Amino acid sequence: MHFIWKRLLATIPSLFGVVILTFLLSHALPGDPAAYFAGPAANADSIAEVRQKLGLDRPLIVQFLHYVGDLARGELGNSLTTGQPVLKDLVDRLPASLELSAFALLFAIGVAIPMGVLAAIRLNGPADHACRAIVTVCAAFPTFFIGLLLVYVFYFLLGMAPEPLGRLNEILYTAPPRVTGAFTVDALIAGDMEVFRASLAQLVLPAISLGLFALAPIARITRAAMLESLSSDFVRTARSSGLPTSKVLFTYAFRNSLLPISSVMGMVFSFLLGSNVLIEQVFGWQGVGAYAVSAVLASDYAAVQGFVLMMAILYILLNLVVDVLATLIDPRVRFEG
Amino acid sequence: MTDHLTIKDLGLEFRTRHGVVRALEDVSLTVKRGEIVGVVGESGSGKSVMAYSVMGLSDAAAEIKRGSIVLGGMDLLATKGEALRAIRGREMAMIFQSPRTALNPIRKVGRQIEDVLMEHEAIPRRDLRKAAIAALERVRIPDPERRYDAYPFELSGGMCQRVMIAIALACSPSLLIADEPTTGLDVTTQAVIMDLIRDKSRDGRMSTLLITHDLGLAGEYCDRIVVMHAGHVVEVAPTEVLLSRPAHPYTLQLLAATPTPTSTLDTLPSIGGQLPDLRRDLPPCRFSERCARKLPQCDVPPLPWTTLSPDHIVRCRVPL
Repeated sequence: MHFIWKRLLATIPSLFGVVILTFLLSHALPGDPAAYFAGPAANADSIAEVRQKLGLDRPLIVQFLHYVGDLARGELGNSLTTGQPVLKDLVDRLPASLELSAFALLFAIGVAIPMGVLAAIRLNGPADHACRAIVTVCAAFPTFFIGLLLVYVFYFLLGMAPEPLGRLNEILYTAPPRVTGAFTVDALIAGDMEVFRASLAQLVLPAISLGLFALAPIARITRAAMLESLSSDFVRTARSSGLPTSKVLFTYAFRNSLLPISSVMGMVFSFLLGSNVLIEQVFGWQGVGAYAVSAVLASDYAAVQGFVLMMAILYILLNLVVDVLATLIDPRVRFEG
Repeated sequence: MTDHLTIKDLGLEFRTRHGVVRALEDVSLTVKRGEIVGVVGESGSGKSVMAYSVMGLSDAAAEIKRGSIVLGGMDLLATKGEALRAIRGREMAMIFQSPRTALNPIRKVGRQIEDVLMEHEAIPRRDLRKAAIAALERVRIPDPERRYDAYPFELSGGMCQRVMIAIALACSPSLLIADEPTTGLDVTTQAVIMDLIRDKSRDGRMSTLLITHDLGLAGEYCDRIVVMHAGHVVEVAPTEVLLSRPAHPYTLQLLAATPTPTSTLDTLPSIGGQLPDLRRDLPPCRFSERCARKLPQCDVPPLPWTTLSPDHIVRCRVPL
């Protein structure tokens, strides 16, 4: 517990850095927000008036202090495009993105870890060659391409998947009452199996598109970490003690491989949150990625700022989780920490 | 005393990218019940390879071409899979050099002992902890209750080696193979560990094979010594005989190269030449290229075993 508190305190400087960065970033964006707000019919005077009203004429440091003050009150400003507070927009859409990323990660883990373990156990065997081929193919194609390909094959040609138009076919089904914001989870909570199946069906293709991309690094690190553990002295000791193969493989070799695997998994999950931006476009997924893209296109200042800030906080939290996992896996980390 | 472990005419090869390495050839030795036999030779002489083939832990590239290994009447080379696994840890156990890395770094040492007990002994689950602590106590680890919960990185190298011995001896095996068990430990700890191994062998009527490059260490603790060179056994004799009347020139040079309290690095002779390349065609006597006493007939196969006394044999045409 002590370790976790220390680690939490250590996130404060990075959070502060992120706040400065998002502030400067939005000021570096092309386009003059004052001109944008003033509208197409504005002249120089009315733009200057708007600029004054928005406080954009004041020194940067004053603007920054205002920004920090707003953040402290949970005030991220209003979005130009939706007219809603940015915080509300993000909170509304984040669960959709997290749901998608989580399913993608689960799919990737479910395939990559057994594959990597098998490849390491049967080194240079058929499983190892298959693993290498799959990893190469998955790493070679961009996610949006795989997404489009899957839509073409499974929706257009085979008709197995539902229309790739969002999280739920709102004509046939009603979204479940919001608890977590993830449709699959909320449907389960509401006990509505029909909606659960429908939302799951919508999830499959985008989650696999994202997951295939995530699969390569996880499989690769699993194989490498397992190979290292399997050739270690302590696995030799376990073998010489006549421990059963399953125990040698899992309790000894695999558990010792978990540290590198978990840190790569944290990295992959943050990749996934980033790749959402593309995949949400392809599948009409109403997540934060799609929101961010339209915000950038509309020079929607506050929304972009809010999105970047939220992603940064997510990354920090994710790293925290990975570090806490590391202490659970490896007792040595606790003492070095 | 009866022979407990018998290795006979063992031949082993490694298939490598650069050719076949004939790592062991005609290796024969016996260990009687309760006896401590030292296997001595420089690095690359094949002593560890021989030990691993007894345990059935040889590298995947290794292939046993000839010979037999029999433990207590059981043909180990014919024993495979589950049957072999049931013997490992129960009938024969092994301890290794660098005890720190030989233990699972993220598992409590007590649990690692339990793993072995659980596999081979019919101990009820609730008594496992007690049995593991008793095993720690038997290797004279102070405060075993507390050490049960320690991770290897929290223990000294000597403590780790004791834990390793506790794991090996947990099921009272009839054969213990100790592969350089004191390498990397300081001198005082070395003596403690070796005394422990000797005492446990005597108490348990356990046969012990001590693999070491340190002839001094072997001389102090072993009943008999087997000298290996380049994959051959070159001399076998009771310890006092081997130390006082070595018959193989290689043994003599090893003895001369063993440090004594009065020797310094400058005065200590080293053995000339190198181990022959085991991938080449080799002369019958693999030591002949390094031997100052080489005679023309040394190159004529086969190389005979010369019996000097019933328990002193040497593989040299012209023993000392």
